[in-house]
Amino acid sequence: MDVFLPRSLEEALAMKAERPEAVPLAGGTDLMVELNFGRLRPPAIIDLTRAAELATHRQEDGHVFLGAGVTYAAIVNELPGFKPLVQASRSVGSPQIRHRGTVGGNLGTASPAGDALPVLAAYDAEVVLRSQARGERSMPWHAFLMGPKKTAIAPDELIVGARWARIRGPGSFSKIGTRNAMVIAVAGLCLVIDEDHRRVNVALGSVGPTIIRATPAEEQISSAMASSGAWQDPSTAVSEQVIDEFAELVASAARPLDDVRGTAAYRRHGCRVLARRSLAWALSERRLPTWL
Amino acid sequence: MSIDIRRKGGVGESVRRVDGVPKVRGEFEYASDLRRDGMLHGATLRSPHPHARIVSIDIAAAIAAPGVRAVLTHADVPGKKTFGLDVQDQPVLAIDVVRYAGEPVAIVAAEDPELARAALKQIDVNYEVLTPVTDMERALEPNSPSVHPQGNIVRTLQVVHGDPNASADVWVEGSYETGMQDQAPLGPEAGLAVPAADGGVELFIATQWLHADLEQLAPCLGLPAEKVRLHLSGVGGAFGAREDVSMQIHACLLALRTGRPVKMSYGRQESFYGHVHRHPSRVWMRHGARRDGTLVNVQARLLVDGGAYTSTSPAVIGNATTFAAGPYEVANARLEGTAVFTNNPPCGAMRGFGAVQACFAYEAQMDKLAMALGLDPLELRLKNAVKTGSVLPTGQPIIGAAPVRECLLRLQDLPLPAEEPPLDRDPMLLPGGAGNVGHGEALKRGVGVAVGYKNLAYSEGFDDSSEAWVRVSVDREGPMAEVKTAAVDVGQGIDTIVAQIVRTELGIDRVLIRQPDTSIGSAGSSSASRQTMMTGGAVQLACQAVRAEIDAQGGMPELRRPVEATRVFHHRPTGKLDANGQGDPHVSFAFGAARAVVEVDTDLGLVRVVQLAVAQDVGRALNPQSVMGQIEGGSAQGLGLALMEEVALVDGQVKNASFTDYLLPTILDMPPVVCELVEEPEPGLPYGAKGVGEPSTVVVPAAVVAALRHATGRELRRAPVKPDDLVGL
Ligand SMILES: Cc1cc2nc3c(=O)[nH]c(=O)nc-3n(C[C@H](O)[C@H](O)[C@H](O)COP(=O)(O)OP(=O)(O)OC[C@H]3O[C@@H](n4cnc5c(N)ncnc54)[C@H](O)[C@@H]3O)c2cc1C
Repeated sequence: MDVFLPRSLEEALAMKAERPEAVPLAGGTDLMVELNFGRLRPPAIIDLTRAAELATHRQEDGHVFLGAGVTYAAIVNELPGFKPLVQASRSVGSPQIRHRGTVGGNLGTASPAGDALPVLAAYDAEVVLRSQARGERSMPWHAFLMGPKKTAIAPDELIVGARWARIRGPGSFSKIGTRNAMVIAVAGLCLVIDEDHRRVNVALGSVGPTIIRATPAEEQISSAMASSGAWQDPSTAVSEQVIDEFAELVASAARPLDDVRGTAAYRRHGCRVLARRSLAWALSERRLPTWL
Repeated sequence: MSIDIRRKGGVGESVRRVDGVPKVRGEFEYASDLRRDGMLHGATLRSPHPHARIVSIDIAAAIAAPGVRAVLTHADVPGKKTFGLDVQDQPVLAIDVVRYAGEPVAIVAAEDPELARAALKQIDVNYEVLTPVTDMERALEPNSPSVHPQGNIVRTLQVVHGDPNASADVWVEGSYETGMQDQAPLGPEAGLAVPAADGGVELFIATQWLHADLEQLAPCLGLPAEKVRLHLSGVGGAFGAREDVSMQIHACLLALRTGRPVKMSYGRQESFYGHVHRHPSRVWMRHGARRDGTLVNVQARLLVDGGAYTSTSPAVIGNATTFAAGPYEVANARLEGTAVFTNNPPCGAMRGFGAVQACFAYEAQMDKLAMALGLDPLELRLKNAVKTGSVLPTGQPIIGAAPVRECLLRLQDLPLPAEEPPLDRDPMLLPGGAGNVGHGEALKRGVGVAVGYKNLAYSEGFDDSSEAWVRVSVDREGPMAEVKTAAVDVGQGIDTIVAQIVRTELGIDRVLIRQPDTSIGSAGSSSASRQTMMTGGAVQLACQAVRAEIDAQGGMPELRRPVEATRVFHHRPTGKLDANGQGDPHVSFAFGAARAVVEVDTDLGLVRVVQLAVAQDVGRALNPQSVMGQIEGGSAQGLGLALMEEVALVDGQVKNASFTDYLLPTILDMPPVVCELVEEPEPGLPYGAKGVGEPSTVVVPAAVVAALRHATGRELRRAPVKPDDLVGL
């Protein structure tokens, strides 16, 4: 097995162009597990940890760019303004894993249980890819995540990062697992309120083959808030019945299976409870905004 | 390697662990760290099927594979083809049939681990798949497939006490289940076999009992016992998983065949297949009491799944059955227990050894009974608790200490932890922890209590002695004591205790503990909470003999030549049970009580255990810090069984053979443990010290689940409790 140690993104892209079968390694917290289990034996590995450009994040003209190599620990420490992303990052693994694991790796693995992914989905993020031959391109998260562990990346490309338009409004990420830390999600939910576009975005993880946006639920709550005047006046109460309907629609958007981590029935139930709670938290936060 | 201990500190002090600093600094050599120049690496081919006939095995391609030095099947086992602790029914390598998924079929030695694993894929085994029996009740049906020719019953026994038909004012009935728990020692199985010049073999090994390994190895290798020499290597935890032989015979076979040192070292996944687990159980019980709460009759039927081979199932079901009425005085009982064979992975020893499954059921019953009688659960237990002189359902009187009431009263006196308002808390400290699933919604608190007991040392007529050698000499630095035993420090701290005993008995600070091996007599197993009692006893006797000799020579300052002595300690004899389960089966008992305080997110079925309190009958704490370490660790393993730890089996296949999905409690799941040491010295044991490793594991699962019942009002018949059970899905 060849191991390449590029010192920059440009070098990494050149190596990837020359050896498209080489597998990129960021934190290695997914890749090394695959190697240890003997499920993967790549002919070559490109270690991206020296490519400093990948480990950056910046905000420019209303957009946020999060480099593929930014670790969960860095997000928790450096991006406190992005609460759902911080909550998702804080829920990942253990301190060791958060210091190594990256959002780029989460995207690369494309597991439906990747905890950063529902947040990127709720933000309507784009995934930014680059190759030496064709330069940069981006695509919406749902086009990139094609299925369980399947992405739209080309063999000569690397993930450079994710980009989204900054959203004004409260939100949160929650993850159910059968242990209180370091657990793979049985169900994950990210809810974000977009005050400018008067929308509520809800994304679900671990309850289907890939990340799911609960579109019917989003439309129901967004229009219910419009008709009750809740968008203009945050103190307008949203009725219990509307919240129940919303939770029910979120639950029915899930497409869960039974497996060793949890039953389909519990996963769906979990989505319902998280939908209710996260909406209630966001609505009460709108009344006393801390996100401004 | 030997350990030189120069610190002061005798019996009763919280002396620092001799292995503590090296372990924390990463300098301790575990068996997986062993290496020798020119060594080969072994690997094991395991059956993918729970039940199949082996039609043929073709090893030609594997032998020809790069770097491969040997490929062995059952035909290459020179001596006895089977091994086992109790009954030798487990093939070294499968012969004609495989009885569980994961059973070893062939072994390979190659120049590196990667080549060895690659060669396994080149072995062509042709299986004819047979119908497996993977349900313990199904195994009892007359038309069930047979795992072994003699049928599917490993052992069945009954304990008939008083008049089992005695009537009662109030009856409660229930059925309970526990899942298959893994010991999950942090160090997976590993060892290094080195061929010796005399045609024998030296095995460096992480085990719980060197001599039991030796007894099984030598016949299989076709060697006299003196040509098989075992040396203890660093043990990374055991909890019962190292009682049965795993890679020991395989490594020796490969070393003898190739004439080169062979290391075998399992990864985590293989470790799940490489050792026995805790028996899953199904238990039915019916308890009858008088209106005033006096227990009058206990009926119990216990069934445990022994998996494919005998291992220690007979003793586990013996324990579960004889303890099924709990630490209570009851005049009448009928207790029936059966262990069956199935095509599931074999089950054997794990911390608590049958007592855990029984306690889970009888303590749930005691709560039901308290509810039916309108009594406080703790009062009901206090009213019926055994004491010294009480007669157990086997007819065995308790002759030693039995401070059950004292344990319960200590718990009663402990204040409950204050309730913290959920909104003031770090959300990390709510059910669901780091997942941020709630801000205190649907939060309910529950409190549960359980009491239980466990035998110390081996039972039913087994004489598990221990031998110790002590030598005192004087050099320029002054007097020094050397000690040798075959006792295994699995991490519980026997080496430290031995040094404390030597200092106390001889007044010598400088103690050198020699590395255990089979050149001295057996110390018995580091299991059954017995090693401090047994090897501690042997060391004490040897020290006393040395002391007498030194005194006869005119005392330490006059000592001209070294003085040494070897002594063997035996516990008092026990006896077998008769057909009605009557007899004197157990040496001594340790009692314990636990109180669990839990919070449940009742919408999501997620749990935070707020506090565990354990009051334990320890006889005398020889090293209080070590005792508390055992109570905390045992509690964590109990909490794991209550909430999350289960080897998930579907049709005989393990679905979670890794720490990705076999969940162990993290520090966010495991609360602080309040330890109450109840010290009432046990007559006949050195310093009156009882074994302390197991009672917390026996009682904590029952206490945690009782607290969950209290919080949710749900019946919760099975451990581990799943979120679905708490929500009622
Ligand atoms: C103990 C443990 C606990 C865990 N807990 C969680 C958890 O709670 N939640 C969770 O979501 N995940 C968890 N994981 C999984 C893992 O940590 C995450 O998926 C993490 O985001 C992976 O990032 P990484 O940098 O380590 O990726 P790597 O392992 O380095 O790579 C993962 C995949 O992405 C590809 N890749 C990486 N970077 C790029 C790039 N720039 N361009 C193209 N391809 C790339 C790699 O080739 C590989 O296929 C856990 C893992 C472990 C071992």
